[in-house]
Amino acid sequence: MMESGPLTGPVPTDGTAGATHPRSAELSGVPAKPNPASDGQIGGTFWRRFTFRRPLAALILQRLGLSVGLLFAVSLMIFGGIEALPGDFATTYLGQSATPQAVENIRKDLGLDKPWSERYLSWLGGAVQGDFGTSWASKNSVGEQIGKRLGNSLFLAFFAALISVPLAVGLGMLAVQFRNRLPDKIINVVSLAAISLPEFFIGYLLIMFFAVKYGVATFPATVYDSMSFTERLSAIALPVATLVLVVLAHMMRMTRAAILNVMSSAYVETAELKGLGMFRIIARHAAPNAVAPVINVIALNLAYLVVGVVVVEVVFVYPGMGQYMVDAVTVRDMPVVQACGLIFAAFYIFLNMAADILAIIANPRLRHPR
Amino acid sequence: MNLRSIPFSAWIGIAGIAIAIFCALFAPVIAPFGERDVVGDVWLPAGGDFLLGTDNLGRDLLSRLIYGARTTIFVALAATVLSFSLGMLLSFTAAVVGGFTDQLFSRFNDLMMAIPTLIFALVVLAVLPQHLWILILVMAVLDSTRVFRIGRAVALDVAVMEFVEAARLRGEGSLWIIFREILPNTLSPLLAEFGLRFAFSILFLSTLSFLGLGIQPPAADWGGMVKDNKDGIIFGISAALIPGAAIATLAICVNLVVDWLMKRTSSLKGGRGDA
Repeated sequence: MMESGPLTGPVPTDGTAGATHPRSAELSGVPAKPNPASDGQIGGTFWRRFTFRRPLAALILQRLGLSVGLLFAVSLMIFGGIEALPGDFATTYLGQSATPQAVENIRKDLGLDKPWSERYLSWLGGAVQGDFGTSWASKNSVGEQIGKRLGNSLFLAFFAALISVPLAVGLGMLAVQFRNRLPDKIINVVSLAAISLPEFFIGYLLIMFFAVKYGVATFPATVYDSMSFTERLSAIALPVATLVLVVLAHMMRMTRAAILNVMSSAYVETAELKGLGMFRIIARHAAPNAVAPVINVIALNLAYLVVGVVVVEVVFVYPGMGQYMVDAVTVRDMPVVQACGLIFAAFYIFLNMAADILAIIANPRLRHPR
Repeated sequence: MNLRSIPFSAWIGIAGIAIAIFCALFAPVIAPFGERDVVGDVWLPAGGDFLLGTDNLGRDLLSRLIYGARTTIFVALAATVLSFSLGMLLSFTAAVVGGFTDQLFSRFNDLMMAIPTLIFALVVLAVLPQHLWILILVMAVLDSTRVFRIGRAVALDVAVMEFVEAARLRGEGSLWIIFREILPNTLSPLLAEFGLRFAFSILFLSTLSFLGLGIQPPAADWGGMVKDNKDGIIFGISAALIPGAAIATLAICVNLVVDWLMKRTSSLKGGRGDA
């Protein structure tokens, strides 16, 4: 979809660890494999010894802690930030012409008369256990609705990822192989165009051709409980195709850049000059170093997919989280908006964290930040 | 720089942007019908009096497209300019002052970026009343987080240069350093970024309008026009695809120009320009 694409996703590596940074100045030059004999000399707290013996585990724990902290801050922002914004829920909910008495009643009804810190704590306590309160509009349990719709959304995102990831990596490699020649140029122009297309345009274009003109696909892509697995698959064919097209261009361009970066490095040139075959260079020298950035690209794009789902669900009238959230926003149903916002943010943060951790695992140099 | 060095693709981009801006500026003159006038039957096919047909209420699609260019470009441009002013001011301040201010701004920025832009916008717009300036402000603030990140990285490179140190030793204030030393030296890479953010703003605004949270009817706006006409798709009426194509074309044109600008800056710096 739009540019808040993966290229600019949050990358909490750049010193975000400041708050919990366990590494002191004297330790910053430790070798990758600590000498076991010197263990006895390492003093300090338990955490410092742990960082020294298991730098990888410590870094992963640190990233996990950071993500939980971030999620907590985000929940505070989604709840508290909204409180701080001008406008009163009760008045917006009832409209401008409401009598003061009605406003007062609805405030009491929705629990808005309590202080916001109290409401935040009870909301967060419930959210941790999967209870997001009741919807203002339909008086149903938000958690129950989300339970159903989250599964649908993940189903959609899963198949989109299943198709787009191998395709993007393959096309990216193809572009590198034919760098600056015709296939690369075609891929480059097409992907530049694809990045500029809004999701809903791609979606309606696909509907127009495949559902209306040729009648090979179904629209709207409604799924319900009694549907069999294959029926579901045929229902989500068009939304999945849209999501794949949306995310493919980004992923492919980033894969191309990542592989190209490795292929133009000095050691690959050395291998070429040594007279090694192309296959051997790729398998032994380039691939191990390209794995890390490519995994990173994939994880970032999956995070992007989570958000792209919102628009695609609205286009295809698919009963998922995105549609639920957009509907709730139009009627200002705050409990639903907050719950959906928190869940989307949680997925986004989690996938970014996964990208970060995988990058650390794949590239040992990142384990010892300077 | 001479005109010949501009590649063909960039010329296409420039031409597309020029046409769109022309439509936006002279909308009342070129549009055959009024923005909100119901002039014919619902969803008339293209041709005859109505070059592109009519929409779901019988308004002329071409006229609305031309008026829509006005709204879409104005709002997207306003949001981009605002987000750039905000993001650059904050990022340069962070880079020049450093220390606690830098930490505070950067960590808050990280927090803002931890929530996907669209989700953030949905949550915020659910609470705020629907006004045009609020929409612009929300778009600008959300977008400024991206500008901040790039601006800080670029400004940090310049802030350690000798001429900045000389200015500091001369006793110039932070504001002088930001506007007279750092800004002129970071303008070139930030120009390409401006184009990129503008293309993103167009897409973002269209998405919000499509979801019914952007520009409110009856004002014409490309994203909103897709939403208005989307029910026609099932009957094989392509009215919704025309404004969608307009959004896509404008975004592609902007991207073509940005692509050229980026290549130019990277070749000026002696980059190999292939990665």
